[in-house]
Amino acid sequence: MRIKMRIRRFNPETDSSPWWGEYWVDVEATDRVLDALHQVKWYQDGTLTLRRSCAHGICGSDAMVINGRNALACKVLMQDVGDVCQVEALRSMPLIKDLVVDMEPFFAKYRAVLPYLINEELPAAGERRQSQEARARFDDTTKCILCAACTTSCPSFWANEDYIGPAAIVQAHRFIFDDRDTAADLRLRALNDVDGVWRCRTVFNCVQACPREIDVTRAIGEVKLALMNGGD
Amino acid sequence: MIHTHKFETVVVGAGGAGLMAALYAGQGSDTAVLTKLYPTRSHTGTAQGGIGAALGNLEEDRAEWHTFDTIKGSDYLADQDAVDIMCQEAIDVIYELEHMGLPFDRTPDGKIAQRPFGGHTSNFGEKPVRRACHAADRTGHMILQTLYQQCIARAVRFFDEFHLLDLLLSADGQACGVVAYEIDSGDLHVFHAKALIFATGGFGRLWEITSNAHSLTGDGPAIALHKGIPLEDMEFFQFHPTGIYKMGILITEGVRGEGGILRNRDGERFMERYAPNLKDLASRDVVSRAIYLEIRNNKGIDGGRYVHLDATHLGRNVVETKLADSAEFCKTYLGIDPALEPMPVQPTAHYAMGGIPTNVDGEVQRNAQGAIVPGFYAAGEVACVSVHGANRLGTNSLVDLVVFGKRAGKVAATYCQQNDWAELPAETWEPAQAMLDTMLRHAGNYNVADLRAEMQSLMMDHVGVFRTEEGIQIALTRVRELQECAQDITVMDKGKRFNTDILEAIELRNLLDLAEITAASALARQESRGAHSREDYKARDDENWLAHTYASKMDGQISLDYAPVTITNHHPKERTY
Repeated sequence: MRIKMRIRRFNPETDSSPWWGEYWVDVEATDRVLDALHQVKWYQDGTLTLRRSCAHGICGSDAMVINGRNALACKVLMQDVGDVCQVEALRSMPLIKDLVVDMEPFFAKYRAVLPYLINEELPAAGERRQSQEARARFDDTTKCILCAACTTSCPSFWANEDYIGPAAIVQAHRFIFDDRDTAADLRLRALNDVDGVWRCRTVFNCVQACPREIDVTRAIGEVKLALMNGGD
Repeated sequence: MIHTHKFETVVVGAGGAGLMAALYAGQGSDTAVLTKLYPTRSHTGTAQGGIGAALGNLEEDRAEWHTFDTIKGSDYLADQDAVDIMCQEAIDVIYELEHMGLPFDRTPDGKIAQRPFGGHTSNFGEKPVRRACHAADRTGHMILQTLYQQCIARAVRFFDEFHLLDLLLSADGQACGVVAYEIDSGDLHVFHAKALIFATGGFGRLWEITSNAHSLTGDGPAIALHKGIPLEDMEFFQFHPTGIYKMGILITEGVRGEGGILRNRDGERFMERYAPNLKDLASRDVVSRAIYLEIRNNKGIDGGRYVHLDATHLGRNVVETKLADSAEFCKTYLGIDPALEPMPVQPTAHYAMGGIPTNVDGEVQRNAQGAIVPGFYAAGEVACVSVHGANRLGTNSLVDLVVFGKRAGKVAATYCQQNDWAELPAETWEPAQAMLDTMLRHAGNYNVADLRAEMQSLMMDHVGVFRTEEGIQIALTRVRELQECAQDITVMDKGKRFNTDILEAIELRNLLDLAEITAASALARQESRGAHSREDYKARDDENWLAHTYASKMDGQISLDYAPVTITNHHPKERTY
């Protein structure tokens, strides 16, 4: 089938502002949006720039706005985009070129929640024991691939880019609710900040955007509850 | 603009091996990590089923059994001393990953959960054993995340989105740095180092149907080859039996580990004929060949080039909890619910057993006699230790990454403490700059995507699961023509900022150089062993070919040399499953 790709273009070396480029592609119904973008890049305009790697929704490189919604280009099929597929870079992130944004501010927020297990005590031998129930408690948030689809879909983030955002809270949740970790208080304190978890207004855009189907708003709610029940 | 940096250890690649190496090198030397992606985008993250270690959490298991299975799986080409180290050290390194926070699934008594996997047995081949430690079917994701988390905790220095362009050797042949291209700015960076660790991963993009990421273009081994370093056992490339039909996306072996069954168009469980004992859990090379033979005998589904992987009898709970990601791939890309319908699968190019030759400390060898390149290390899929020989067992790639990443990092740190800085060669960034300038200026006759597609299709047809002299020769001749064509291309993007157009052209040249070496190594080996299956030489030939290939290229000529396999306890036997 023949579909029109409408792609928001920007080359920092030649353009003063972004513009819309239009390209026709011949695709199979089961092709990915990523395949259509490759068709443009490989056979029509080599300057079209995007990030991608695994092409099956695991590496998190190709989050972008597709027909108005955040998604991974490798997880949306052309049969689901309609007659025109409109693609643009993630919102509220510094634009570098075409579909590529500066991810550093996003990763800075990730680092701010201390995204690593903190526990100075090691067992004498073997693994730490953890019950199946305790392991299941944070399973959902271990799925995060740091693609930024959730954070950049959030109106609270659009309004205030200092908001730590759903992805960083998901990462904090993964450790706060891991019973092997001893630093939940540290993380909760960081999230109790004016730009922390309370800026979430439960709009649920993040849940729609998450390509890993993480129940992001629920995770944020659990962090809020933990704060109310004794975090400082 | 040229930038210069000085770090005692420079790691190239930020997948499991690179991050593990960086954690250990960083304990004894000033360390930096370069990656052409962001670390969390690395392909380790797509590994699914598990990481093997004889923890014995659910039933009796021993490292010696793991060693035996790995050697048998390798079709006796693995170096047995190296395999022994890997399987012994796997146990402690799994506990170390758990201590770092890796969220393994748990047994009812809270230990790390384990499941069966292809080729893993108890008591030297007697019956399948639960050895693969897993975290749902996203074990690789959890390993990558956990190691990156630890790197953040220890403030490891990263240079994200830096593309490797050149390897620097001193006048007396020591490794002393790399040249990298900063993707955002287009600037060149010279990294002066005492120790250099290549952990750049594999090169599955040589083939048309592959489970590998677009970024797996073999930049590390190609650049090493350009500098006169041989590549070992390149004719052995694993085709995983169960890639999604036409797309190549991996469906984990964990599906069969949990009881999934391969069926042909008659609904027959055909693996019973090829591997009466282990059936669907035989080694990957065996299962991939069986699928090809079924398809050739018109037993593919509806006469097509695929068979069915049936998990419908496992129940929705198993499919959605233990095999969640595979189930989701099927739903997203095929509209199929594997709890209700079988999955269409075909073998997919998956893993390089060959690569840059190293010893068990990750030290890179410059010839078949084992002489090393001082200061140069390699670990993970890019390296050939060799622990996988002619065919890798499932879960052993992850074991390899962490065990040998750790060893390389430790040894590199010690090397830095004991050695002074080698002097950089007279030219550092100049050849890379000249290449970039020429590529940008040249108005050529060929398109990168066309050349790449033709190479991938040639390799799939002639240097894939089954091979013949005639076919390999066709591929080799045409690949050499394509190498010429790749000098006559047009790079459309002439800019400095985020020029992925020029990078794809450079990656294509790297792939073509590896295609040539792979085909030349395959042409020479006149036997069938593991993943290298020659229809004109059907038997394994231990008398003549129990040897590692070392292929190098000097002045445009490929030369092949051979080194003996290290045999300790397990003498080659006929391999049946």
